[in-house]
Amino acid sequence: MIRLIGYGNPGRGDDGLGPALAGRLADATGLAVTTEYQLTVDHALLIADATKVIFADALLRAVAPFEFTPITPSTSHDVTSHSLSPEAVLALCKTLYGRAPEAFVLGIAGHAFGEVSEGLSPQARTNLSLAEAFLRDWLAGKQPSPPIGGLAHA
Amino acid sequence: MTDTPRTIEISPVTRVEGHGKVTIHLDKHGQVDDARLHIVEFRGFERFIQGRLLWEVPVIVQRLCGICPVSHHLAAAKAMDVICGVDELPPTAEKMRRLMHYGQVMQSHVLHFFHLAAPDLLFGFDAPAAQRNIFEVLRQKPELGRRAILMRKFGQDIIEATAGKKIHGTAAIPGGINHNLPIATRDTFLKTVTEMRDWAQEALALARDYTLSHAELVGGFAAFPSNYMALVREGDGALDLYHGNLRMIDADGAAIFDQLPYDQYHTKLVEDVRAWSYMKFPFIKDIGAADGWYRVGPLARMNTVSLIDTPLANAARAELLATAEGAKMHPILANHWARMIEVVHCVEKIEELLHDPDLQGNDLRATGDRREEGIGVIEAPRGNLIHHYKVDENDQVTFCNLIVSTTHNNEAMNRSVRDVAVKQLSGQPEITEGMLNQVEVAIRAYDPCLSCATHALGQMPLEVTLLDADDRTLDKKARAQ
Repeated sequence: MIRLIGYGNPGRGDDGLGPALAGRLADATGLAVTTEYQLTVDHALLIADATKVIFADALLRAVAPFEFTPITPSTSHDVTSHSLSPEAVLALCKTLYGRAPEAFVLGIAGHAFGEVSEGLSPQARTNLSLAEAFLRDWLAGKQPSPPIGGLAHA
Repeated sequence: MTDTPRTIEISPVTRVEGHGKVTIHLDKHGQVDDARLHIVEFRGFERFIQGRLLWEVPVIVQRLCGICPVSHHLAAAKAMDVICGVDELPPTAEKMRRLMHYGQVMQSHVLHFFHLAAPDLLFGFDAPAAQRNIFEVLRQKPELGRRAILMRKFGQDIIEATAGKKIHGTAAIPGGINHNLPIATRDTFLKTVTEMRDWAQEALALARDYTLSHAELVGGFAAFPSNYMALVREGDGALDLYHGNLRMIDADGAAIFDQLPYDQYHTKLVEDVRAWSYMKFPFIKDIGAADGWYRVGPLARMNTVSLIDTPLANAARAELLATAEGAKMHPILANHWARMIEVVHCVEKIEELLHDPDLQGNDLRATGDRREEGIGVIEAPRGNLIHHYKVDENDQVTFCNLIVSTTHNNEAMNRSVRDVAVKQLSGQPEITEGMLNQVEVAIRAYDPCLSCATHALGQMPLEVTLLDADDRTLDKKARAQ
């Protein structure tokens, strides 16, 4: 099973890109979709039985409309609040359940953050569509997975 | 002591929610002169909400916080009940909301205790920073970690079943609830609730044993007396996290006010503003800012209520207060014990509700005569939460005032920071990371949500700065967000 976790705050403009992607792919075949505000410890359990997991999030200071990057478990990311990084969730999963799924971060470029507002900016909506199209192709096997340390982007 | 300036800055102080800064001022002899918790980010949610339709407010306010959205959902819904002229919900609606709330408090407390506090409690405040984190806790105690995650999941699943979604639920609507609990869902929870109760008691034992076995540390760590406030049940003054009247007691337990309808909060509480922080400083109007500050939250609730109406939690509360030898329990680190008592209480209440056929009722919503103003109050995981709104004839919000738990605790957190800073940093030839962590521990014990407190959105770091007598920054440590 492949799991998509789209996370972010839809009440802060383009920070809602992750949940927006999750919404668009909610009915995709073979994909278990979850929408979250932020990543927390219990997501280690959520991904424990997945073969692959995709963490979809808004991307700050991006140079491309989206970036698709493989990630590995890591505890080097400080835990500064209740929320965790995707790498930390993977590390928790591996520690607690003995394995971590193959994992990717799909970062979608956002342009309007910080203000209390709902809805995506026009540029973010365009980027969202490009990311959605890429992910659908990737799920269908039409796009290869980038190697560790590499990335795919529009 | 040297009069050479030294500077330390930690950015951010970890394992709290939100963005703030602690400054510690040293005099020329290296003694702590003052220490303050500043909240430095402001986004003005109360302005954002103006113009919104009253029907959408209980959903929108959840955007305040990724940690306690259910608390805001329910407090806003309660305020909108009043505006819609509803003073009493149908039993199904009230019990569905209560179930949602108990699920929320349970999962929030579990997350704080196991994820944020456990590294300090298990390894010590002075342990190397590389060890003092959730990963090391789980490496050493994987079974504990797995249980904590399943307990949190249980609470999250309760929220999803009652609120419609894990985050940004839509179930609580003005005047009621939009669905009941299907029998199949109820039966799923009934299969695991006994195990949850057992695990909650084991977690409670962990917190209790820590407190008792570290009595000297706990008793000397930000252990000052204060006033306390909580909602209490009408009549018997029992703990009631969802509804009741306000009770304020002094440090000895004497009532300052009692059974005050919460729509009268503004007759007793006022909010002070200070130039150096966006977070306000509430205090008791009749006493004044100097002595009228107070605390809210799990420990405050244990001190303030007359009893708990579930047997396991009530017995645990009696044991906690017995350690204070008849007085109230003041040490801030006892909050962890209080928090786990509330986890037990929530599981007991969840179990009680799951056996109540009212959850399958179909009378979901009441109506009444429209009003212009409504106030909703609940006991959120971190303490008392007040939502106050006015709406116009077009159902649009014209006024909003929120007093969140962390704001109630603002003065107390500042005093805790000062208490620990004076004891740990004054006159020390070298300021270590472990010493500064103790300042963080004092803040963390309140489980503050600084995002909520400034009504900001998102998560932001908190930093600590050490200043000399001339306000020069002395040293700097930084952690990536």
